[in-house]
Amino acid sequence: MLAQLMPARDKAPMPDALLLSMKVNGEDVEVAAPAHFTLLEVLRYKLDLIGSKQGCDKGDCGACTVQVDGKAKLSCLTLAAQANGREVRTVEGMTAAHLHPIQDCMDKEVAAQCGFCTPGILMAAEAYLSKVGRAVSREEVAEALAGNLCRCTGYVKIVDAIVGASEIMANTEQD
Amino acid sequence: MAGDFTKKLDGRDEGKAALGWQIGKAHRKIDAVDRMRGQVRYADDLKLPGMLHCKIVRSPHAHANIVKIHSDAVLAMEGVHGVVTGKDFPTPYGVIPWTPDENALAVDKALHVGDGVAAIAAVDEDSANAAVRALQIDYEILPAYFDPEKALEGEQINPYARKGNLSKKVELEFGSVEKELEAAHLVIEDRYFFEGATHGAIEPHCAVANVEPNGVLTVWSATQVSHYLHRELAKVLDMPANRIRVIQPALGGAFGGKSEPFDLEFCVAKLALQTGRPVKCLYTREEVFYAHRGRHPMRMDYRTGFDKDGKILSVDAKTLIDGGAYSSFGLVTTYYSGQLLCAPYDFGAYRFNSKRVTTNKPACGPKRGHGSVQPRFAIECQIDKGAAALGIDPIELRRRNFIGDETQTINEFRIGSNGFLECLEKVEASSDWKERYGNMAFGKGLGVAGSTYISGTNYCIYPNEMPQAAVQISLDRSGRARIFSGANDIGQGSSTMLAVIASDEIGLELADIRVVAADSDLCPVDLGAYSSRITLMVGNACAEAAKTLRKTVVKHVAASWEVPPRQVNLVRGLAVDVEDPERSMSLAEAFVIAETEEGMLSAVGNFGTRTNRHGEYRGGTIGASPAYSFTAHVAEVEVDGETGVVTVVKVWVAHDCGRALSPKIVEGQMEGSVYMGFGEAIMEEHTINSDKGGVHNAPSLLDYRMPTFLDTPDIQSLIVEEADAQGPYGAKEAGEGPLHPIIPAISNAIYDAVGIRLNRTPFSPPAVLAALAERKEREAAGQLSAHKGGLR
Repeated sequence: MLAQLMPARDKAPMPDALLLSMKVNGEDVEVAAPAHFTLLEVLRYKLDLIGSKQGCDKGDCGACTVQVDGKAKLSCLTLAAQANGREVRTVEGMTAAHLHPIQDCMDKEVAAQCGFCTPGILMAAEAYLSKVGRAVSREEVAEALAGNLCRCTGYVKIVDAIVGASEIMANTEQD
Repeated sequence: MAGDFTKKLDGRDEGKAALGWQIGKAHRKIDAVDRMRGQVRYADDLKLPGMLHCKIVRSPHAHANIVKIHSDAVLAMEGVHGVVTGKDFPTPYGVIPWTPDENALAVDKALHVGDGVAAIAAVDEDSANAAVRALQIDYEILPAYFDPEKALEGEQINPYARKGNLSKKVELEFGSVEKELEAAHLVIEDRYFFEGATHGAIEPHCAVANVEPNGVLTVWSATQVSHYLHRELAKVLDMPANRIRVIQPALGGAFGGKSEPFDLEFCVAKLALQTGRPVKCLYTREEVFYAHRGRHPMRMDYRTGFDKDGKILSVDAKTLIDGGAYSSFGLVTTYYSGQLLCAPYDFGAYRFNSKRVTTNKPACGPKRGHGSVQPRFAIECQIDKGAAALGIDPIELRRRNFIGDETQTINEFRIGSNGFLECLEKVEASSDWKERYGNMAFGKGLGVAGSTYISGTNYCIYPNEMPQAAVQISLDRSGRARIFSGANDIGQGSSTMLAVIASDEIGLELADIRVVAADSDLCPVDLGAYSSRITLMVGNACAEAAKTLRKTVVKHVAASWEVPPRQVNLVRGLAVDVEDPERSMSLAEAFVIAETEEGMLSAVGNFGTRTNRHGEYRGGTIGASPAYSFTAHVAEVEVDGETGVVTVVKVWVAHDCGRALSPKIVEGQMEGSVYMGFGEAIMEEHTINSDKGGVHNAPSLLDYRMPTFLDTPDIQSLIVEEADAQGPYGAKEAGEGPLHPIIPAISNAIYDAVGIRLNRTPFSPPAVLAALAERKEREAAGQLSAHKGGLR
């Protein structure tokens, strides 16, 4: 029945599609997408990785933050073509056998209320903590995450969680 | 009194100590890990086979007749499947049943920039956007009104209005206001202005509709009030409610901004019915700003009379409310702007006169602390000015006016427990107020403010005598509970709250409890997430159902052990013999025994409207609540006299939530409230540009300035628990009350810092510099002495 309802004009125009190859959460991926698609659109619409969120589509809120080659990037301002040949990490790639320490601390502190900004915050925090590789202060966390808006928490418990996670991660590395 | 409450707890069940094993403990939320792993599906994450994408065409004019919509050309475009306009939705609706004054799409005229005029469904977003650009609409531009005073004199804006552009007017007087003002030792008179502010949930509004194989129209929406959406869909689509199913998926924040139906929900539903295919609509961030329904701008003229000891003899409030183009909750807002002011202080006499006016702007509605954040700003600044004039410490003056517990306000609302004095004590001690207030260096200061808020509105939006909340719980042999609740978890943690209550009563671990929420086909009716009602109302219903099941399970376990029921406790996944702790069984085994005897283990709980909570006069039910929360804040600020920048260094917030069922979640609500009010005090402005035809001044998350990690002050949460007999385990609200005092507390702290009174939000650098310059002039003219010897 659905086929009858989908006439020829349903073929959405994709005149300028690109074939992109990237490594997403450790897996090699090949995907065709219109040239104007952002990385966020490719992740959400083509790869069904819905963890990265669209809050503003203008680079203002940080909910779409992912990592490209280990650096935090706003996927709504990154053309998918710019990620071609690169390593992309999304929130879906963060949990292996166990929750990542940042996730676990965020959960323990109840630092996610609605959770919509959370994937972006996790990506930004992980990129930052990996870069500095040590326990960090509240002020440092606030500075590093100033590009991520959260409207629920007043940031208090998010900072608590990331500071706590940085201590756990620093201790684990020493061991 | 507290006594009733204790008795109720002691008698609640056999074999159980006064407080259980879960209430008041630290919990992880039941759904947070899934959210953190990117596994939870919010509305925009839903993708159905054959799904079309809908975009709404919006008026570029603030006020214009719609002459013609050239839909045919667009319908012929590649990829376009459907176009709907206002003619497809002739029935007006409104969340308040007395004021149905909007259509899903504008029928004859558009009332503000951004008003929805047509909606297009196409195969993908790009095709839909191309069609939006191509759709030609002929308008006849009408004069627009952006100023409420001018609008009152102007042509009627909203075609359904009954009194021109006067949307609502309320005048109520309790006692003899003028007489008491005449008798007062001191009268403080001032004008305040509260600028509009919007919710800014990070998730934009989104809805998906599909006619499911069973013929039921199913709408998934990012709504916080599924039930009201359900009702209005039935009305506007002219379909029986039982042929419509409303599901609220995971929700990415709301704060009041998703508490009524929006155009997108009607549009996707209609287009799904027309095309036979699933349809999704996701607002752009700009559309979210134009959809608005946020904090009303209010101009407030206050006169407050004090005796020489600081007792508040009389309060006279006159308020002009800028409502925007539609009524929304405006009838309630207009009442709330006066009705919610009569605690925590006792007023000798009180009068308010509030007028809400229709203007050609995006409609205002409820934002966290609906209608009462603005007047709270005015009265708490008035009180601070009174304290300064009388030479009384502002915390002491507030204590002297404390209304008490188990009492009635001057407007006849019934107050139960009241922890306001303890709130004041906590913020006073934590901020080192006695040492520091008035004694800090010029440029630094402390300010205090207090407030109250409702734990749910005592009456439903549409009058009826059915329960306002209901919960069904079932247990089965797998050792698991399922809680069915219509309550909308919008991130505040209401589903976790229900699981905590059920866990506490039934003994199951949180991991063994599934909460099925906000699906109208599966769950009992609940009115939704607004007016801070869920913990008290749905929590009570859940506790009732859980207690029933507990009794049933205990009875059968006791029988199998041949002991009296009071000897059986259900805790930590086990049924335990309290006299012989060696004897226990898993709850799965206990449920098998009970299910064998009883059949299916299921129970319901209801929350019905409480009696004797309100005043016996017209409007006396609006603002009445089963229980009231209380809050006090102290804010510490630094004011830079060169730049005018106000830095809020720290905020101490003490909040009486009755009983913190889950203290970490309560703290999160307190911190989020402080943050949100801080933004309104310092930087947020939801305004339109009247020189540019009514376009929004800042329709993006860059231009509409919201506090970031770096802007937000240190916040110290201090939970106060004055258990209320109305609440489950004594609990009252925590989600909205703690927002109120922050704005006046900051204004009052700025006065302590540099001696200026900021009566208008936001307290932006230009406002600070202008007030400092004015003070300097008055000091030079000898009208004022130097504040703390500081201003040069």
